[in-house]
Amino acid sequence: MKFAVVVFPGSNCDVDMYHAIADELGEEVEYVWHDEDNLDRFDAILLPGGFSYGDYLRSGAIARFSKVMAAVKQAAEAGKPVLGVCNGFQILLEAGLLPGAMRRNQGLKFICRPVRLTVENNETMFTSAYEKGEVITIPIAHGEGNYYCDEQTLERLVENRQIVFRYHGENPNGSLADIAGIVNERGNVLGMMPHPERAVDALLGSADGLKLFRSIVNYWRETHVVTA
Amino acid sequence: MYKVKVYVTLRKSVLDPQGTTVKGALHSLSYTEVKDVRIGKFMELVIEESGRDINELVREMCEKLLANPVIEDYRYEIEEAVAR
Repeated sequence: MKFAVVVFPGSNCDVDMYHAIADELGEEVEYVWHDEDNLDRFDAILLPGGFSYGDYLRSGAIARFSKVMAAVKQAAEAGKPVLGVCNGFQILLEAGLLPGAMRRNQGLKFICRPVRLTVENNETMFTSAYEKGEVITIPIAHGEGNYYCDEQTLERLVENRQIVFRYHGENPNGSLADIAGIVNERGNVLGMMPHPERAVDALLGSADGLKLFRSIVNYWRETHVVTA
Repeated sequence: MYKVKVYVTLRKSVLDPQGTTVKGALHSLSYTEVKDVRIGKFMELVIEESGRDINELVREMCEKLLANPVIEDYRYEIEEAVAR
């Protein structure tokens, strides 16, 4: 299985993401620059964290118009897994691949520490390796992770089980309904504020994020069964 | 040539923690008559005449990029600039 890590000017979690896939998961992975217009050779697309285009105007607002985003949209429409972490999540929101918008953290502070999450839906291609309701530890590092959407959108998210992760115990940024991560209706685009790529080895304090990447691989193997 | 001033603010229904904090600071300076503070962005665009309706053009730019309609409102003022 081949992963793409999209690199925007200002991405800074691209190396962590690459490390998670290449060294911890043991799958193929390649960096893709933001002016690439074709992602057909990849099976999954990863949008890493960072400060694309300096977060000028709004987080993700400029990255959304870079050339690669047309190809990311195509990949999403083709049903490939697309994962946006932190700034990647903000870009997916700005691009309209996920509903809602991101506001500054309620406390106005940049927060960088491990948090606990509840796996609300373990029946997605990103979470099948988790138990339902499992509480996991994944670090966050963001100043704008305060998720917002209108009431109708929230109802739809709940009805369609699109809320995948919620903050457990305490909500660090004030996000609506304790939302930490959501998928699109089809279930193949996941945006989340916590960084699973920084929790892939006990040495890092937690290996809980690795199951997310394992889930993607499991899904891919199930849908692309190769018989000898 | 037009000079366009664009003001982007959080929608009324969206909590503005930055504004709330500044209001608190004003109160602690004893400006207790301040009842509300909302913080937004101000942008100044200089736009060449292109034959397109200037209002339509600015609205389009605001909807597409300058404001995020999920959480933000915008308004703008158009001044006909003179000197080149």
